Amino acid sequence: MNRRSAACALLAAGMSAALPGTVSSATSAMSAAAPVPPTRAPSSVLRVATFPDLDRAAIAAAPRWRALHPEVELKLASMQYADHHLSMTTALATGSGLPDVMAIDLRYIGKFAGSGGFVDLNQAPYLAASHAGDYVRFALAQGVGPGGAQVAIPADIGPGTLIYRHDLLERAGVSEAEITRDWASYLAAGERIRKATGAYLMADAADLRDIALRQGLQDGEGLYFDADGRVLVESARFRHAFELGRAARRAGLDARAIAWTNDWAAGFKQGRIATQMMGAWLVGQLRNWIAPQTAGLWRSAPLPGGVRAAYGGSFYAIPKKAANKSAAWDFIRLMTADAQVQLDALRQLDSFPAMRAVHRDPVMDEPIEFLGGQRARLLWRETAERIPAIPVNRFDALATTVIRDEFERVVAKGKAIAEALADARHLIERRARRR
Amino acid sequence: MRALRLPLPRRLHALIASAARSRRVAPYLFIAPFFALFLVFSLFPLLFSVYLSLQQWNPAEGLHTMHWVGLENYGYALTDPWFWDALYNTAWFALVAGVPQHLVALPLAFFIHRRIKRGRDLIVGAYFVPYITSSVAIALIFTTLYSKDYGLINAALAELTRIPFIGSPLASLTAMREGGIDWLGDADVTRPAVAFVVFWRYLGWNLVLYLSGLQVIDKDLYEAATLDGASEWQQFRHVTLPLLKPMMFFAVTLTIIGNLQLFEEPFILVDGEKGVASSVMTTAIFMYRTAFSDGDFGTASAMSWLMFVLIAALTWVNARLFGRDPRSSHGAR
Repeated sequence: MNRRSAACALLAAGMSAALPGTVSSATSAMSAAAPVPPTRAPSSVLRVATFPDLDRAAIAAAPRWRALHPEVELKLASMQYADHHLSMTTALATGSGLPDVMAIDLRYIGKFAGSGGFVDLNQAPYLAASHAGDYVRFALAQGVGPGGAQVAIPADIGPGTLIYRHDLLERAGVSEAEITRDWASYLAAGERIRKATGAYLMADAADLRDIALRQGLQDGEGLYFDADGRVLVESARFRHAFELGRAARRAGLDARAIAWTNDWAAGFKQGRIATQMMGAWLVGQLRNWIAPQTAGLWRSAPLPGGVRAAYGGSFYAIPKKAANKSAAWDFIRLMTADAQVQLDALRQLDSFPAMRAVHRDPVMDEPIEFLGGQRARLLWRETAERIPAIPVNRFDALATTVIRDEFERVVAKGKAIAEALADARHLIERRARRR
Repeated sequence: MRALRLPLPRRLHALIASAARSRRVAPYLFIAPFFALFLVFSLFPLLFSVYLSLQQWNPAEGLHTMHWVGLENYGYALTDPWFWDALYNTAWFALVAGVPQHLVALPLAFFIHRRIKRGRDLIVGAYFVPYITSSVAIALIFTTLYSKDYGLINAALAELTRIPFIGSPLASLTAMREGGIDWLGDADVTRPAVAFVVFWRYLGWNLVLYLSGLQVIDKDLYEAATLDGASEWQQFRHVTLPLLKPMMFFAVTLTIIGNLQLFEEPFILVDGEKGVASSVMTTAIFMYRTAFSDGDFGTASAMSWLMFVLIAALTWVNARLFGRDPRSSHGAR
């Protein structure tokens, strides 16, 4: 360890002690990383930092990697979602402990892409732009950082869909067209469902707000910021989304259950939530652990009001300080542009492929038992092609938090929407202007 | 022979000198591990935090992006509306969760000390268990208890509404919130619900502190008071309370420090994705969010030093209120 790296390690240790729960947890998880045994004696090592369930795709692809690159030993280090991103933030800060390939979730892509700590994959020898046709357009655009650098390549995407309980809608005499036509129709159908079955239309009014504020977005338009970094939260788009969310809450149509909480999962198990707007991958989660006993009762439909939006997605990037960049790029291409690897991920993890060639595979036409035999992947494929390419901003996560808090003030404390959005703009500008 | 003897005293001398050196060095070697750990994990982070509070830095952008801003982070934190909201929430928790801990623990300790002889350890242990229980386990239990649709508390309240007299006011309360009270989702009740968990968790700790304080009060004083005709309340008021003042000072100081650094309970109980999370956002949570979500480590460090100043000031005020030794003040009179 040279003096510089020793100083960095000391700094990392200091940060972990000053702000608990960062490096210590990361270190323990890193030490638990399981190396994948190579078939021949490898001459170099490729370190990949990832998180569940994306790690399962890498583990499944490991034999293929060994066959293609017996000279490079693949070492996977997987940490829990939040720990992984925190650990990678610390690694970027100190420039120490960086992997060769870093997995990044959509939620963090704006922050990481804007950090300047990653290789521009459009440059030689990677030339990602020449492979642009391999990937779904909107997802590739999400991996672009400031200045147009392609800092990350998408591995999987989450085409937004409305998953609904077919049996509950039938009991209420509500058709799929009624819950997808427009927002007014969706809310009106929700009242009928509530009366006829007692089930809530949605888990939380914030879900509706988050989708509605993506309505009408075109290619190149930002969600919270425009191309010049101006804050957009006082636009009609946000006002309308807040009004819809408030209307849903006032009508008692949401169960007030935040995603991934016990109440949320129990709501699905017990048939108390009739619809959920989320990525197509939710079907796999419902089938595997949330509500397997409800198999056959669900269907998938387009999002209400003709909104095309993405829910989640995973990316791979190469840090500038990666030791084995060449192998890192080969690994990224294997994970994102190898049809077999992408198909395996689809079958095992229900992660919808970012690779367009796989969208033409017969697997797309297969019926999904959990959705009562519906050929839903065709719908998701169509959605994926039509999702606008929205640039990410490094303050997106911050803006999301501010909007969430101001929305709560509107629905819980009766704050006027215009005032809430003005406050939100002020808070976002204040925080974003400093950096 | 002579030639052989001569080197021996020299070697011996060298050995003695070496042993003396070792003896001088040994104590330092023995305490070195502590100092090494203290330097790396306490002193360095402390000094680094001071340095960081004067810098503008987003860690994701690397060390080289750190730049000097002087006291700007302090000014920024003090003019941030969320910082003041968080400070208000923290003060609210400190009062609503902290004061009852002492108001209940003190008389309870007196009662247990005076009246319970058999099974006392078991009772004290039962009160103390929440303090040593993992926060995650507590969060799991209370999120289940507090669940709106499936929680035990709402189920019990629903049953109670059937009882005459108390049923109707309860029914009107729950009817206001369709489908039961959303303990961890409704801004009106979330803060009290979290405060109750904090109260429940630290009551046993304060009980043990007060019990230990009571056990060192001389029994002769109570006997003398009894002979003088003092009632149990008068004994509590005029013997126990004055002599417990040092322990009260200690316990209240710990509560002030602990509650102003409150993080675990609101953080684990209320999902950060919930809109209502802002109503239980303490300064410690806000600091965490500022550093790790917003990536503004400089402002987060400045906030931590502002909190240090506040805690130090409140501890000083507490020392002024409780810190005087009652015996010395009696003596002075």
